[in-house]
Amino acid sequence: MWVKQISIFLENKSGRLAAVARLLADNGFNIRALSIADTSDFGILRLIVNDPARAYQVLKDAGFTVSETEVLAVEVPDRPGGLAGVLDLLHDTGINIEYLYAFVSKSAGNALVLLKVEDLERAVEVLGANGVTVQDYNIVHQI
Amino acid sequence: MYWNREMECMPAEERKKLQLERLRELVRRVYENVPHYQRVLREAGLRPGDVKSLDDLAHLPFTAKDDLRRTYPFGLFATSLANTVRVHASSGTTGKPVVVGYTRKDIDTWSEVMARTLMCAGVKDDDIIQIAYGYGLFTGGLGVHYGAEKVGATVVPISVGNTKRQIMLMEDFGTTALACTPSYALHLSEVLEETGTDRSRIRLRVGVFGAEPWSPQMAREIEKKLNVVAIDIFGLSEIIGPGVASECLYNTGLHIFDDHFLPEVIDPATGAQLPPGEEGELVITTLTKEAFPLIRYRTRDIATLHVEPCPCGRTHVRMSKVMGRTDDMLIIRGVNVFPSQIESVLLEIGHAEPHYLLVVDRKGPLDHLEVWVEVSERFFRDEVRHLESLGKTIKREIEGTLGIGVEVKLVEPKTIERSQGKAKRVVDKRDLPGKNKPQEG
Repeated sequence: MWVKQISIFLENKSGRLAAVARLLADNGFNIRALSIADTSDFGILRLIVNDPARAYQVLKDAGFTVSETEVLAVEVPDRPGGLAGVLDLLHDTGINIEYLYAFVSKSAGNALVLLKVEDLERAVEVLGANGVTVQDYNIVHQI
Repeated sequence: MYWNREMECMPAEERKKLQLERLRELVRRVYENVPHYQRVLREAGLRPGDVKSLDDLAHLPFTAKDDLRRTYPFGLFATSLANTVRVHASSGTTGKPVVVGYTRKDIDTWSEVMARTLMCAGVKDDDIIQIAYGYGLFTGGLGVHYGAEKVGATVVPISVGNTKRQIMLMEDFGTTALACTPSYALHLSEVLEETGTDRSRIRLRVGVFGAEPWSPQMAREIEKKLNVVAIDIFGLSEIIGPGVASECLYNTGLHIFDDHFLPEVIDPATGAQLPPGEEGELVITTLTKEAFPLIRYRTRDIATLHVEPCPCGRTHVRMSKVMGRTDDMLIIRGVNVFPSQIESVLLEIGHAEPHYLLVVDRKGPLDHLEVWVEVSERFFRDEVRHLESLGKTIKREIEGTLGIGVEVKLVEPKTIERSQGKAKRVVDKRDLPGKNKPQEG
């Protein structure tokens, strides 16, 4: 159920992002989604790739500070108010969202949003009960 | 322009006699009154009567900073607390502070050598001196204060900080002499400029600057910007405070008041005495101190000694400006900083074997310390706020330990160069004389 996200600590200096992208490319990884949270000194690069376990190892071996985080891939109706509806559900049940970003998907219909919340199980329960689909690990990483 | 012509201009041979007499008396006194000295002298197979000439100084054991820390707080005092009228202390940033004591006579001696220092700079009874060294446990403020009162100058005991007020009083009182750290002098000059102060109202003529290493270039810059003669003064609280040595107006090095403080320069590796002109570690024996006498105290300051006569007529041995340190201590805004302090803070926060680097620079006139800390997997979390709060915690803890502001920069692993031998913990970008010399060789 949980999607495995790889997070990488990057200093804010030129060439660091390119170095990660090159390393992943050279090792045959496909980046499915990414986001960067940045401050003036450093950034955290968050990635969804195929084979996250191996990507974690490759990045670690290359000397990057890496961690693995579990996130939810939530299907959001691709229409005005689609995201708002999902967020309202979580808000109403008091589930805080740490961060979210969109998933690049070629499949038509719904958009995919990656959500980091404190209580994953409860979020899935709430969303499921309200007819929102949470995508499976295998499906997301194999898209 | 002497304070004590007899002592300051005493022929060298005559002073040697006086030094020997005082040294013999000192060794006898510490042997009788300080258990530490009795022990180390016995271990060296020495009795007080064995000191027969000044050459015997070389046989006496050294005193190191560790000896001072180990005997905290009063273990090295040679007089009872009843006779101790004052204590000062270092900031204690590497653990327990070093505590030094003074009898009434020690305070007189201190005032005397500071009076000589001020006269070396041409400060006398008709001067108005603004003392912008910190007052308190730090020896700077009160040390200069007593000397200035002794020469009869009008003292403005303003202490450090509140720069605009400093300038206002300087204008209103017609201050002619300034005593502070060189970096604060530069800062003052910049604020003078920023506030568009009418320079004709500033009557400053001379500055006695010390408590941190500074280059001759910086001295020239201060002279130009403040329109003063910049005199370098030297001292350390272990010995007495400011007043150990001072430049005179001839700029030939710092006269060490060697009827009170007997200097040597040694090879820091072997401990062997080095001849005049050779660079090594400055070692000082306090010939006259009562409450806190020290035999062959290793200052860790690197300097050279000079014995040729100075045109001013003073016959003291002179020392060069301090060229560096034998340890990795940094002096930042007058505060002693050891890389190991940062290390203990990081270890306390919970990172074993932290990799860190201290980057020191001057931002404007003031020292600026940046601490680079590598983010290891152990404390990396996916959330920005977590890392930011980690950075803030490190900053707060370091500032609490050092007592000065720092910037903390989180960097990627392996950013900090690994070295085979002694880790390189410091990058000092300040323009200071010989600042990295000890580490380089």
